[in-house]
Amino acid sequence: MVLSEKYELIRKLARDFATAEIPSELQDEIDRTGNYPQELLRKFAKYGFYGIKAPKELGGQGADTLAYVITIEEIARVSMVSAIYVSGANSLGSGPLMLAGTKEQIEKYLGPVARGEKYPSFGLTEPGAGSDAGGVVTSAVRDGDYWILNGRKAFITAAPISDFCIIFAKTDPSKGSKGITTFIVDMKAPGVSFGKPEHKMGIIGCPTSDIVLEDVRVHDSDRLGEINKGFINAMKTLDIGRLGVAAQSVGVGQACLDEAIKYAKERKQFGRRIADFQAIQFMIADMATELQAARELVYNGAVMKDRNDAKASMYCSMAKYFASEAANRIAYKALQIHGGYGYIKDYRIERLYRDVRINTIFEGTSQVQQMVISGALLK
Amino acid sequence: MAINVIAEKCKGCGVCLKECPFEALAMENVDGKKIAAVGMACTNCGVCVDKCPFGAIERTGTSMVNVDISLYHGVWVFAEQREGKLMNVAVELLGEGRKLADAIGTELCAILVGSDCDHLVTELFEYGAEKVYYANAPELKNYTTDGYTTAIYRAVLKYKPEIVLYGATHIGRDLAPSIAVKCGTGLTADCTKLDIDPATKQLRQTRPAFGGNLMATILCPHHRPQMSTVRPGVMEKPVRTPGKKGELIMLPQKFKKGEIRQQVLDIIKKVGEIASLTDAEIIVSGGRGVGGPEGFEIIRALADKLGGSVGASRAAVDAGWIDHSFQVGQTGTTVKPKLYIACGISGAIQHLAGMQNSGYIVAINKNENAPIFEVADYGIVGDLFKVIPAIIESLG
Amino acid sequence: MRIIVTAKQVPDTNEVRIDPVKHTLIREGVPSILNPDDANALEEALRIKDENPGCTVTVVSMGPPQALTMLRECIAMGADDAVLLSSRAFGGADTCATSTTIAAGIKKIGDYDIIFAGRQAIDGDTAQVGPQLAMRLGLPVVTYVQKVIEIKEGSVVVERQLEDGHEIVEVAKPCVLTCVKELNTPRYMTIGRILYACDEADIKVWNEKDVALDPADCGLNASPTQVVTSFTPEPKGKGEMLTGSINEMAAKLVSRLTEKHVI
Repeated sequence: MVLSEKYELIRKLARDFATAEIPSELQDEIDRTGNYPQELLRKFAKYGFYGIKAPKELGGQGADTLAYVITIEEIARVSMVSAIYVSGANSLGSGPLMLAGTKEQIEKYLGPVARGEKYPSFGLTEPGAGSDAGGVVTSAVRDGDYWILNGRKAFITAAPISDFCIIFAKTDPSKGSKGITTFIVDMKAPGVSFGKPEHKMGIIGCPTSDIVLEDVRVHDSDRLGEINKGFINAMKTLDIGRLGVAAQSVGVGQACLDEAIKYAKERKQFGRRIADFQAIQFMIADMATELQAARELVYNGAVMKDRNDAKASMYCSMAKYFASEAANRIAYKALQIHGGYGYIKDYRIERLYRDVRINTIFEGTSQVQQMVISGALLK
Repeated sequence: MAINVIAEKCKGCGVCLKECPFEALAMENVDGKKIAAVGMACTNCGVCVDKCPFGAIERTGTSMVNVDISLYHGVWVFAEQREGKLMNVAVELLGEGRKLADAIGTELCAILVGSDCDHLVTELFEYGAEKVYYANAPELKNYTTDGYTTAIYRAVLKYKPEIVLYGATHIGRDLAPSIAVKCGTGLTADCTKLDIDPATKQLRQTRPAFGGNLMATILCPHHRPQMSTVRPGVMEKPVRTPGKKGELIMLPQKFKKGEIRQQVLDIIKKVGEIASLTDAEIIVSGGRGVGGPEGFEIIRALADKLGGSVGASRAAVDAGWIDHSFQVGQTGTTVKPKLYIACGISGAIQHLAGMQNSGYIVAINKNENAPIFEVADYGIVGDLFKVIPAIIESLG
Repeated sequence: MRIIVTAKQVPDTNEVRIDPVKHTLIREGVPSILNPDDANALEEALRIKDENPGCTVTVVSMGPPQALTMLRECIAMGADDAVLLSSRAFGGADTCATSTTIAAGIKKIGDYDIIFAGRQAIDGDTAQVGPQLAMRLGLPVVTYVQKVIEIKEGSVVVERQLEDGHEIVEVAKPCVLTCVKELNTPRYMTIGRILYACDEADIKVWNEKDVALDPADCGLNASPTQVVTSFTPEPKGKGEMLTGSINEMAAKLVSRLTEKHVI
């Protein structure tokens, strides 16, 4: 897709920012220690990266989905874990508010996120409800002006550092996915606690943990959208979230390709650069072609989303499915080109390979995407 | 002068578009035929003229004649001094100025501006100046653009030199452009080579451009004086002849109140270590490969062992690991030591521009394909943190 | 208060490489960027604007129409508006002619308090246009500004970088200040400002008629200096790559340098 000057400037901004602010030494340190610098999060906030699509009146940037995916792609090209922080605030955290929030809720919650004052999280997944999002068992029971929430949310990205979480809870246990309501839950409210951060394979530096809700009282003014209409909210939000993951995949895929090309030109075997061997050349050609195809699908999904196209969900799922799988194939080949050096931590490809593995899993596995795509076609 | 495409000869092959260093050419459709067109980015460099396979690009002359150039005589050197001490580059320029003056059979003069620097007049004679023009006034004690520009402009107007050379220092590069505009003449910045055509008396001024990727030779054919700033450390100093005399011409100066609009309130010398690169015989430089400010300890250790100075690449300076006064390269200092040891420096063209005229170059780098090895007399592929201690050990 | 910033779009010379066989510049894929020193100039103007509500920052550039992208970038960083001086008549200008054109553009803009320029552009490295511009506008100049200390009613106090330190200079307003990279760290654009710069901002494009210049006073016609030849520097021949263990290589090096009487 030929992008206009506007999007090329957005790409330049994201690239310049990520390259300068997240140098490779810092990336290594985050991966080694698991500590993500708070200062960096504040910088993302200061430069408006948490409110890319939020309206300008609230302190957001007022841009579209295409601007969002380009930004995520360029940040992920430098640091996937950083891209997760940025997409988290923009998609899963802001999405439900933009879709269903009242004016008061939008001002109270979306504004602070867009301005970087508050960080959101998104609580849908449960120990027993992953791909089957309709199977949540966390309950919300009405008590006058309040709702009483009980349950456990699992694998919640950035949960321990978030200020509030969009929680999906059953308000009508008899109705499956049509009995789910959305709540905005203050993460400092009595009865909220967190599980231990998980020890993950990759994307180290973004804490992922359970959220435990024990008799948490939520005022009805913090109910987001209509009662029992939460599931649709969740699904529409996931479209954006999926595009975010797809964009991350393109970014990491590009980083893998960059590393493979650089190494292939440096490394000499049999008296020649390995880039001079056809076996390597063909791998590079495949990687670059798949990557470009993935990128086109992602940009297409973004444009469909901005147009409110009836099949936008399907296109977003296609982008996520293809880009995340392609990025994993690209990472595999890039590591293969590095040979034994690719398997040790001195080389960047080792981390890229671990980081990108999650992309075919979170925010809907590849298999769930296949269900969404075929579902749209076979309706 | 302009670059012109001869439409009848142009085949629209596009070679010139590829060769132009400034992206100044574009293909245009003229009467259904594609021909090259010169755009405004053109600097008249002439690369396309040489590269066109069909001889379809030419230089055309214009008749820009402004002054009677036969009225101008003599080579002048701006004798830059700070706090009564002559700058090295001024001496280097007297060496170069002597060659130019001899080539066209004219006199070599120095122009000295300051307050109470009478002692420098003798020094200038001894370095070969036949005349010294001396503007002496209390207002000229410290350099100000307005004060110095006015003083030198008045002298140029009166005595009409054909060439004026300035050191490309922080003062010379401030002063020369201001004078050039006042005199309505051209100026070539930061030259690394000068020669002169004895027949036309045109000064051929060669300088790096494009971050040192391109060298350009520049003329100033129709305006006088011909003026250049010259990079310090490039030209050779002349031999000093004690007792040599010349003619002193005083330039009386009077300034009206408010005529000098800059006022120097204070001059602060850098405390701590300052690089002394231009005169160093041996330089050990560190680049991105040293990894951090503490990495310069090993660089310093080798420099100390060899009795040399420490230098740095732009990457190390930009990273904030070392003060910018240590920077060697196109935007830093140009050096010409007997021995230059580049450690962990990949050899970006902008670095090479500042050191490739060194007597011997040694490169130590982990990456065997680093461009620095292309200019090195001796190359060692290896980790500088292992190689340097081994060299220090070998030096005993 | 109005501040004018001069800016140039330049090829990123750090990305320029020499073809090892043909010894020509490899220009393909070299991005065009806002000249780094000019970014410092703009940042300083924006910093002053932040502290002085009501201050406007106008960016002026001379160049081909592609330079509009760079001016949009300046607006996306926070500049209020921008002017591009663009015409075939401006082509082939040396620093002398460039300063004439930019001065004419600035005269047309009119009223201003300070003009910030970058010290030099990375494609030419001349550092001449700033002081020449000042001369043409009849303004005082301070070059190599590494700190703006105070803006007073009728003057500005700055630190001017020297090779071995710096000096404190007070200069009458209005004035031209040329900036070095030590002055500040340029800010990033923001996405919201990029949208404004591309969708709403009105960047004026002026030719020689708009700024009342005779074509004889522009571009090549008004350039006293002429480039007669350009060439890529010949790389020095490749020397000897030392071999063996670290200790062996170190010993070889020391003995070679001793033999040649270098050490």
